[in-house]
Amino acid sequence: MRVDGKGRIDRTKPVSFSFDGRTLPAYKGDTLASALIANDVRLVGRSFKYHRPRGILTAGSEEPNAMVEIIGASNQTPNVRATVQEVFEGLAARSQNRWPNLTWDVMQVNDLAAPLLSAGFYYKTFMWPRAFWEGLYEPLIRRAAGLGSLSGKHDEGAYEKAWAHCDLLVIGAGPTGLIAALTAARAGADVILCDETAEMGGRLLSDGGEIDGKPAADWVAQTLAELSGLPNVRMMTRTTVTGAYDDGTFGALERVGLHRRPRPNLPRECFWRIVAKRSILAAGALERAIAFENNDRPGIMMASALTTYLNRYGVVPGKNVTLFANNDGARITARALMQAGVRVAAIVDSREDAPEEPGTTVHRGARVIGTKGRLGVTEITVRKGTTDFRIATDCLGLAGGWNPTVHLTCHMNGRPRWAESLAAFVPSDGAIPGMIAAGSANGSFSTQGCLAAGIVAARQSLEAMGHNTSDVDVPVADDAPYRIAPLWAVPTKKRAWLDFANDVTTKDVALSAQEGFRSVEHMKRYTTQGMAPDQGKNSNVAALAVLADVTGRAIPETGTTTFRPPFTPVSIASMGAGGRADGFAPQRFLTSDQASRDRGAPMIEAGLWYRPSYFPKPGEATWREACDREVRMVRGAVGVADVSTLGKIDLQGRDAGRFLDFIYTNTFSTLPVGRVRYGLMLREDGHVLDDGTTARLAEDHWLMTTTTAAAGLVMRHLEFVHQVFCADWDVRFISVTEQWAQFAVAGPQSRALLTSALGKAPGLPFMGVTPVTIQGVQGRLFRISFSGEEGYEIAVPTRFGEALFRDLTARAETMGGGLYGMEALNVLRIEKGFITHAEIHGRTTAFDIGMEKMVSAKKECIGKAAAARPGMVGPERDQLVGLKPLTDTPISAGAHLFAQSAVANRENDQGYVTSVCWSPTLSSSLGLAFLKNGRARHGETVRLVDHLRKIDVLCTVTDPVFHDPAGEKLRA
Amino acid sequence: MRLNCPHCGPRDRREFYYYGSADYLNRPAADAALQAWDDYLHNRDNPAGVTQDLWYHEQGCTAWLKVKRNTVTHEILSVEPVAGGAA
Repeated sequence: MRVDGKGRIDRTKPVSFSFDGRTLPAYKGDTLASALIANDVRLVGRSFKYHRPRGILTAGSEEPNAMVEIIGASNQTPNVRATVQEVFEGLAARSQNRWPNLTWDVMQVNDLAAPLLSAGFYYKTFMWPRAFWEGLYEPLIRRAAGLGSLSGKHDEGAYEKAWAHCDLLVIGAGPTGLIAALTAARAGADVILCDETAEMGGRLLSDGGEIDGKPAADWVAQTLAELSGLPNVRMMTRTTVTGAYDDGTFGALERVGLHRRPRPNLPRECFWRIVAKRSILAAGALERAIAFENNDRPGIMMASALTTYLNRYGVVPGKNVTLFANNDGARITARALMQAGVRVAAIVDSREDAPEEPGTTVHRGARVIGTKGRLGVTEITVRKGTTDFRIATDCLGLAGGWNPTVHLTCHMNGRPRWAESLAAFVPSDGAIPGMIAAGSANGSFSTQGCLAAGIVAARQSLEAMGHNTSDVDVPVADDAPYRIAPLWAVPTKKRAWLDFANDVTTKDVALSAQEGFRSVEHMKRYTTQGMAPDQGKNSNVAALAVLADVTGRAIPETGTTTFRPPFTPVSIASMGAGGRADGFAPQRFLTSDQASRDRGAPMIEAGLWYRPSYFPKPGEATWREACDREVRMVRGAVGVADVSTLGKIDLQGRDAGRFLDFIYTNTFSTLPVGRVRYGLMLREDGHVLDDGTTARLAEDHWLMTTTTAAAGLVMRHLEFVHQVFCADWDVRFISVTEQWAQFAVAGPQSRALLTSALGKAPGLPFMGVTPVTIQGVQGRLFRISFSGEEGYEIAVPTRFGEALFRDLTARAETMGGGLYGMEALNVLRIEKGFITHAEIHGRTTAFDIGMEKMVSAKKECIGKAAAARPGMVGPERDQLVGLKPLTDTPISAGAHLFAQSAVANRENDQGYVTSVCWSPTLSSSLGLAFLKNGRARHGETVRLVDHLRKIDVLCTVTDPVFHDPAGEKLRA
Repeated sequence: MRLNCPHCGPRDRREFYYYGSADYLNRPAADAALQAWDDYLHNRDNPAGVTQDLWYHEQGCTAWLKVKRNTVTHEILSVEPVAGGAA
């Protein structure tokens, strides 16, 4: 219910939201949790395994119980912590893990079956019979597992990712963080201050108290006003620092739009990568529970959460509150409640020497040993000495002590250190390079202690950066001692919960130890302690303490808790922001892209490029019809294709020829100006890296072309060879792939087409190159062919590409020719036996593709030595051959080859098929393949088998060049 | 992770292409024994500690860089260009 005059919500701004279909009122500034408490909703969820009724346990991101689904117009988000989700007009939330509804849940029978469902239940039960696993057990477990549900649709929400750099990152804006940021900011350092909640101030806003004689909230407001006025401070609310990584890099998740009605272009979340020279962990501490019988009922929650709900949100979850404590911290809660007019029935304090508390009864040396109330606590049983008595209550606050929020300090393998006086783990020094943990996060729990530590941490950080420091006086604030007497669990034969989210009880931990899982890491995995979305934030240390107890060891020798990123769950959508659909990879478009699409060409991806697959004509029903026509067109008349995707590298310098000799297996330095040569390059391990042509444009000026696929790879390779082995040679090179548009003109009419386009005959021999002027534009003309026909490639600066493409297309069409796409290009090259990366796939040598003679004996080159190793040449190698099926049957790339009579299995494998096509020129299916000792087996019949596609056909082994083997057309 | 490129300053690792051990700098002579080539191409130490490897500033100045780093602490100890090494 609401408490008048309390809280920081805006009571002038009422909003309504829905929970499980019920519309409820709230105010701007409420979290879903505070709004539910305001509406006296106690039962908010069902536990994971036993489907126990559960209420809100905490007021922060560590919440293990109150996880809900948020239903949006374009997305449905499961396992959202009601303690983090802010309320806005129209927010729709739904409870999880219950059917048909929250108060009557069928699966609560699990609770009665609890003796069967203890830790390790899955491992023991679903072992046999083995055959049941796939059909029965796995679907059963998958149905029962998980909490929230997904919509099954794409999340259409907008997400962002961003980068930030700063001198000092301050994580957490409580007393420590605020004063640390102020100290650094006044000194002029570039500061980023992040806080997880909507409003900065931390426990100063929750606990009240005074600083310098004024309400702590006033000091917060004054500090925030100063910080927000400084240009060197960036303040990020609703931003959780989720991970600490190398080099001062942090991941942080900002809830940009989750707290308001969706709007177009409003990102839901932004994932930040923050790089900081230094950092201060001022993340505070998390209060922990105490395990006792039936300690998981709705209405039982953290004492500190009660104060937060009262002072930040103006709500209390009960009218008659009891507290169970082992330290003085619960007194802040008791006083705040009583001051607000809420009855505090009793403080059950486990310490014999606990102080009295005016206004309520303190039961010293007492423990809560049981509770009652099916859907919410109504009564607790207390044991003091040998006397048991009952206290009626509708809300029990637990104050089991504080765990410093050490999580980030564990992210780079740091192990926290056990501080006996605090009965808690504190960060180890230097766990994250450049990070100082300060205040409660470092075990300093008083306000005064936090303020002092914040200033020291900031000064140390500034000094470490060589930055000047500033004057900040330590304000005077509460400095009460902590005074804890550890109490982790009240002994019981029944169930006492540790991990509320995963339903792990003290019995489960004892069972784990009993069955030999005595190490913390084993216990965690055996019981699933700490493995839920909350990652055991308020239960791991207690579970460790219980394990230490049952194994008769001290806590430090039992182990430590290890936390890994992220601190709180991070949506994959935010980390991958921008990476969906078109954003997945950059897209590269040809200058002819629109012209190709205008003609209805389906575009296919070639690396990052988009290239036309074929150009359909009216009446053509399939791609094959278009492809066959385009092949016949090139062989019979003339075809035009955009080949600009091929890599182009411009090389210049006196030693460029010498450099090419070192890169290529064959010799280039002897190539005359105005000529082009085909070259083969190897990797240093002797396998083929790439092939292509290189033209000598002038004495010291060369132009290399690479395959489309290997353009980047070859550039990197050239840079490597140059910088590592011959940096002093006079050669420089740069990629000009983007600078030139280049078009293939191929076929018997290609010379006529170019004569009309250039206004004169090209007059170029096969493998010649010449500068040309085409309609006033300076270009280059190469006589090279990838089709086996007389062919040219004409290149112009990119800005003229589209115009030239349209011009060449129009000219070709008047001559009975036209455009051809990737499919036809592939058929043309297979008919001619030209290789692509289907053949030079990284495991083939020059010998394998029949080009061993191209490895010059007269000079050194990259890969030459390794190519001569035993096993790289010889009859045992799979060698490039052509294949022609004996019958009119399609064949497939990826099929394997066998001797005619052999069984088609791995042992009998003789080779494999790399490329296939239907050849309209030869009216046959054709294949390129690698066959063991293939060059000696031309004319032989082999069996081609594709088990996957159910193809089994006999083929004749041939020379890989099917079309015009003498090359007469090429040289015409 | 960032590398302090000698030409471009500190840059995010996404700008770099990782190649492999700095052993690749020590190319054997053309007529070296098979074993020397085998070592050069294939045999690598896998140290827990300081190692040297080669990175290419592909999205930057295109320099090949020799990076000395610690595989345990992830500390980058030095970054220097390979150019100027043995020809």
